[in-house]
Amino acid sequence: MSEANPTVELKLPIIENMELVATQTSEVVSKHMDLSEEKTSEISMALIEACINAFEHSETKSEIYIHFIISDERLTIKVIDKGKGFDTSNVKIPNIEKKLKSNERKRGWGILLIKELMDSVDFESSTDGTTLTMVKNKINNE
Amino acid sequence: MSKIIGTEEKGGVVIISTEGYLNKDLAIAVMEEATKYIDNGTTNILINLSKSNIVNSIGASIIIELIEKLQEVNGSLSFCELPSIIEKTFKIMGLTKYCDTYENQEAALEQLT
Repeated sequence: MSEANPTVELKLPIIENMELVATQTSEVVSKHMDLSEEKTSEISMALIEACINAFEHSETKSEIYIHFIISDERLTIKVIDKGKGFDTSNVKIPNIEKKLKSNERKRGWGILLIKELMDSVDFESSTDGTTLTMVKNKINNE
Repeated sequence: MSKIIGTEEKGGVVIISTEGYLNKDLAIAVMEEATKYIDNGTTNILINLSKSNIVNSIGASIIIELIEKLQEVNGSLSFCELPSIIEKTFKIMGLTKYCDTYENQEAALEQLT
């Protein structure tokens, strides 16, 4: 990623519904990039899930950081927490049939939603924290 | 920021209309409202989401609990006027396999009553 790419940086405290601040920023960035309404709402939804994951599962007490990196071809969003990290190979794909027929916890949809709504998703996680990088291409099938 | 803006019963269908972010708090409020009617024997629930433009997976998970509750009493859960991103989210999660969706409230009631 070139240093010339304009980047919007956001720091969010761990407060309920603060993910909506991130979506307001992503909407402004998407509009600036002339992304479609559909792509804009997909980015917002993925961002909500990424923030909730960072808030809840990282168990971090500090803020989370969001970088919106703008280029001609794509929007790259990094959601960074300084939490406990997680084993990225140990993420189960949720299944509604199984959840409905059992006492299984109904939650656990965040990563599936992020992967389905964005064009590419990558996690780097260690005991020092997690960086989720997700990309939305400006043009489909890029 | 987000709330139930109306509940009415028409022809054996309870219509719950929401406004704002369909997060944990709003989904719990919907679940509690629906439960009052389910406990009294009205088991067809229609949620009108025309004024809720965004959801999160915690709210949607509580909706799955509502589906489960309705399955136990042979009831049904339907939605109308879903914003496209909420419909897409529900489809990814598989909720739409267990709920009917309608373009508007009139079309829903025509089918459900």
